[in-house]
Amino acid sequence: MGRAPSRGVPAAYRRLMRDDPRDPRDPRLPTSPGFWRSPLRGPWFTSVLGLVLLAGITVLFVTGLLSYAAYNPDLSTVNDKTPDKGILGFYLFAWPTDPHWLYRLNQGVHVTLGITLIPVLLAKLWSVVPRLFALPPARSLAHALERISLLLLVGGGLFEFVTGVLNVQLDYVFPGSFYPLHFYGAWVFLAAFVAHVLLKAPTALRNLRQLREERNDLVSPRPAEPTVSRRGALWFVGGGSLLLFATTVGQNFGGPLRRTALLAPHGGAEPGSGPNGFQINKTAAYAGIDTAETAGDVWRLVVTGRTGTVRLSRARLAGLPLHSSALPIACVEGWSTEDQWWRGVRLRDLAALVGYEDDPPDVFVESLQRHGAFREAALRANQVADPRSLLALYVNGERLSPDHGYPARIIVPAAPGVLNTKWVARMTFGDL
Amino acid sequence: MRRPLMRGRFAVGSPLHLLLLSCSFALAAYAGVRLLAGDWFGVALWIVGAALLHDLVLLPLYAAADRAVVRGLGRVRRREWTMYVRVPAALSGLLLLVWFPLISGMVDERYRSATGLPPEVFLPRWLLITAVLFGGSALLLVVRLLRLRRAAKCRPPAVH
Repeated sequence: MGRAPSRGVPAAYRRLMRDDPRDPRDPRLPTSPGFWRSPLRGPWFTSVLGLVLLAGITVLFVTGLLSYAAYNPDLSTVNDKTPDKGILGFYLFAWPTDPHWLYRLNQGVHVTLGITLIPVLLAKLWSVVPRLFALPPARSLAHALERISLLLLVGGGLFEFVTGVLNVQLDYVFPGSFYPLHFYGAWVFLAAFVAHVLLKAPTALRNLRQLREERNDLVSPRPAEPTVSRRGALWFVGGGSLLLFATTVGQNFGGPLRRTALLAPHGGAEPGSGPNGFQINKTAAYAGIDTAETAGDVWRLVVTGRTGTVRLSRARLAGLPLHSSALPIACVEGWSTEDQWWRGVRLRDLAALVGYEDDPPDVFVESLQRHGAFREAALRANQVADPRSLLALYVNGERLSPDHGYPARIIVPAAPGVLNTKWVARMTFGDL
Repeated sequence: MRRPLMRGRFAVGSPLHLLLLSCSFALAAYAGVRLLAGDWFGVALWIVGAALLHDLVLLPLYAAADRAVVRGLGRVRRREWTMYVRVPAALSGLLLLVWFPLISGMVDERYRSATGLPPEVFLPRWLLITAVLFGGSALLLVVRLLRLRRAAKCRPPAVH
């Protein structure tokens, strides 16, 4: 199929095989199978791409649901951007603090893999596009419903990829808040995806196992002369994925590796030099932090608990027993820093100050920041109890910079970046 | 070709398919109601629009561009050069498509003030990658042509 015509073939046939727009038999409508000329289309090509997407999107879905759980949305309304989730939150669990790189890995995989899969998704959609125009529009009720389901599959899938890609570039043009859109969109997409997989995966596997290709409606009845083999086309798609991967993955590492992420939002050089020079999610200026409020003689940390309220200046906090932990900043946007060396007061020591000596409870943390969905955040008792969880005053041996949360910030192992509240003003311990 | 539509009776299809699709729609509706709870028109527009924009605009555009390249090279009898143009152009276009907000500078202000990073690096980087892709492709083509020429010289003259 798709070989160049050999000598001896009638001239009229040769003309047909060539890409001649003047040929009267050239079907002009995309509803005609002869409209689609690429010799690459066929069950084998589509099946390979489909199975790659099956594996990849499964990983995207699992890491996405884990990331959702990592916010502990069932703990407090301030963590929950989807309060009407209903049974879609059925699997939620107390997000652990071990291993401390858990969220970093999860989100790095989610975003990097999502970006890497884009060429595969585009190629898959290209490979089946003749079916969009196929006539009759429906052969049976089941077929009609399947085609409606395909709209949810293609529209929902593209919606997920587009909102994700826009969000990591801070381009908030989508109609609503990212969290509910990407979360509920994922479930709509998943519903169509599972049905599609159950209907198609057996055929896809059979197509790959068979050495001789079976024919189907995707194979062009009048293929153009090939410019690349099917295998070559797959390498082409893989090359696109590799290029995206290579220019993105580095934003999860430090040093020279980050510089390889040439086009990723947090690739390239670090924003500064020195101990505070690592990546920033939102700067103090962006969050609306007023330096008058963070000045040493003004700022007080208000800690409330069982025994009442205490107010601590930064100097008094620095006089409490200080501890160190090496923890990363890992953002939902799929970038992270290497472990930074934080130094500060243990959260459980702060809980003990207000009456929770042996039984650290949940904590509600409020920031000075004016903007941002997470200027208030809740941490669960297991996160408060972890000895590595700190209210950090120093990083890498130096005072926190304003952009990293001066006068004091939360740092918790394995928690999503935004739950590590910066510019902390108030902490309320107690069961939420 | 059987055309059940024409016979006046519409076939139902496999009951198993119907059951599976009903389950799928039930879950999609449960999540969809929540997805559409805010700006329902905007969200519906985005989902349907994404599918239509891809299938009816993006795909025809790149297919037409590809056809133009193949035809153009065919006209000058250089059809075998197609991949040397197609690969760098597609890879460069792919990077532009994915990182368009950063490369085009449309999020410059927010990006700079939020991350403290310079947004103006992305356009030159993309141009540089594009130049490397086309340059590398041209180099490969030159190597291939030189090899072909050498092979043609070594071959004994054709017998007529």
